[in-house]
Amino acid sequence: MAFNYDKYLRVNKMPTLWCWGCGDGVILKATIRAIEKMGWDMDQVCVVSGIGCSGRFSSYINCNTIHTTHGRTVAYATGVKLANPHVNVIVVAGDGDGLAIGGNHTIHGCRRNIDLNFILINNFIYGLTNSQTSPTTPRGMWTVSQKNGNIDPTFDACKLAIGAGASFVARESMLDPKKLEKILVKGFSHKGFSFFDIMSNCHINLGRKNKMANAMENLAWIDSITTPLKKWEALSEEEQMNVFPTGVLREVEQEEYCDMYAQIQSAAQGKRKAITQNDFAKKI
Amino acid sequence: MREVISTGNELAAKAAVEAGARFFAGYPITPSSEVMHESSDLLPEVGGACIQMEDEIAGISAALGASMTGVKSFTATSGPGISLKSEQIGLGFIAEIPLVIINVMRGGPSTGLPTRVSQADIGQAQYPTHGDFASITLCAGSLTECYTETVRGFNLAEKYMTPVFVLLDETIGHMHGKAELPDLADIEASIVNRATFDGPASEYKPYKAPMNEPAVLNPMFKGYRYHVTGLHHGDEGFPTEDAFQCEYNIERLVGKINTVAAQNDGLDDLPDYEEYMLDDAEVCLIAYGSIGLGAYEAVQKLRAEGIKAGMFRPIMLWPSPAKKIAEIGAKFKDKIFVTELNMGQYSKEIERIIKRNDFTTLLKANGRPIAPAEMVAKVKEMM
Repeated sequence: MAFNYDKYLRVNKMPTLWCWGCGDGVILKATIRAIEKMGWDMDQVCVVSGIGCSGRFSSYINCNTIHTTHGRTVAYATGVKLANPHVNVIVVAGDGDGLAIGGNHTIHGCRRNIDLNFILINNFIYGLTNSQTSPTTPRGMWTVSQKNGNIDPTFDACKLAIGAGASFVARESMLDPKKLEKILVKGFSHKGFSFFDIMSNCHINLGRKNKMANAMENLAWIDSITTPLKKWEALSEEEQMNVFPTGVLREVEQEEYCDMYAQIQSAAQGKRKAITQNDFAKKI
Repeated sequence: MREVISTGNELAAKAAVEAGARFFAGYPITPSSEVMHESSDLLPEVGGACIQMEDEIAGISAALGASMTGVKSFTATSGPGISLKSEQIGLGFIAEIPLVIINVMRGGPSTGLPTRVSQADIGQAQYPTHGDFASITLCAGSLTECYTETVRGFNLAEKYMTPVFVLLDETIGHMHGKAELPDLADIEASIVNRATFDGPASEYKPYKAPMNEPAVLNPMFKGYRYHVTGLHHGDEGFPTEDAFQCEYNIERLVGKINTVAAQNDGLDDLPDYEEYMLDDAEVCLIAYGSIGLGAYEAVQKLRAEGIKAGMFRPIMLWPSPAKKIAEIGAKFKDKIFVTELNMGQYSKEIERIIKRNDFTTLLKANGRPIAPAEMVAKVKEMM
């Protein structure tokens, strides 16, 4: 039987505002399928999004949804989650949203290891506002804000998330929705900050200016710069430079922030002693 | 009545918790940090949460996020922090999210005078962000008011579904002394909670509000699913650019506060100002916040010297108690003396209301308070 997306969508908001062939729709569908696999009650789900094409993501899912300001999604979601530790929170942001203007919040969400599911839709460009350079725009590509070619180094979002302390970090592209769904389920099941760098196409505002004017060409390029972690590890250092490893890049058990805060509450209520360094295996 | 010995900042935190707040998020900044320090003790004790975020923007964002779910929330900062929070305050206005923002004022602009007193953020409190909206701003003039006006701030935020500023200043925030607080039972009896919709979820339209009335935002996770956005939105909260709707939204956002305050002579039943020895006065001192404390003494000194002085002290700065200010303008003519710790931000409001500028001012913006003796000398000059 065909999968019933209608149960999870605000069907009266369809069609989406996204361009024809945009990867955001694939990611939306994979997210919905992953939610179904998780068996979440949609009354207990909150989707928080920011500004950019990905900002509209929240409005299409039939649950409690918040469309915030540019870059601040993780901070808003931290308030939602810490005030309601029992609910499931998905954060959706673009590469500009999550890595440029909101980079600080991404870092500290990862560091706290608060149980948020952060889907970074990485299309390598500011798509909504007509092709300005983003932190993930590859060097040498043409953008409207660097018409003589982008010289800014490319940001590896997963390295940032790992360095900042997220306990689940994965990368996938929207080329294989089944794989994407699987990895989302894995991250959604993980307790702690789950960071997903999901590479997606923007043939309209990245592709047209960079010799991949249709979706298929843009997708072929994404395919050429991604390879499963195992294969990536077998590459030479020189080859690794231009390819992103995909799959689960980090998965560890680590104290989750809301769980730890429950201990703070216990201590404040005299149910346990104050937290000291002895409570942590890793103290520094 | 409860007698406590405390500071203004700590009393504001205590008030928040007793008013029902269960979430604080903020970032350290002098001279407001003690609000967070105290909250980090008080909130977990009652099952709430207090989190120090990575920056000022994250502080208000997390507080707004928690409030969007239905949990009473607050943040505290000083002028530079308000500047950083500005964009999020705008989301609070347009999405109609209750939030108490405590600003313990210090000297500005920029880093200014971090440890010294100022009242130069009252203009910022009136227009803290871009776009059209109306702000509610309360200003505490005593330790007791640090408590009572914070409680009131939460009640107004919930009633009008909007961010509310509670202004302290460095002097009053750090002042340590005795304060008389209302009994907890009286506070609990006064608590206002945001309105909710109890009908079928399929008929729920959170932003379908009559003109000059606030949105009805149910707590999240209870079966009423809806969308919150900083974009202009229609009845159901979804983005729209419909010209009629956008016009209606803005008229309603401004009207639910300014029009209602003008029609009802205030936003609640509590005093918007204090009149001190004004009945038989021939000269009216106007002061607010910690400067009001000095003005009581100035009034007494002037009376001891035979000058019948009195004081008008606004508590609700925005929307201003315009009717009363107009009466004072008519009664005291040019025998009005306005003193404040800025270059005349409230003097301009008085000039706007009484449509004259023939009153005397004593303004200071160097981080020092205004001594009663300075006020006395200046009033004597004008008599």
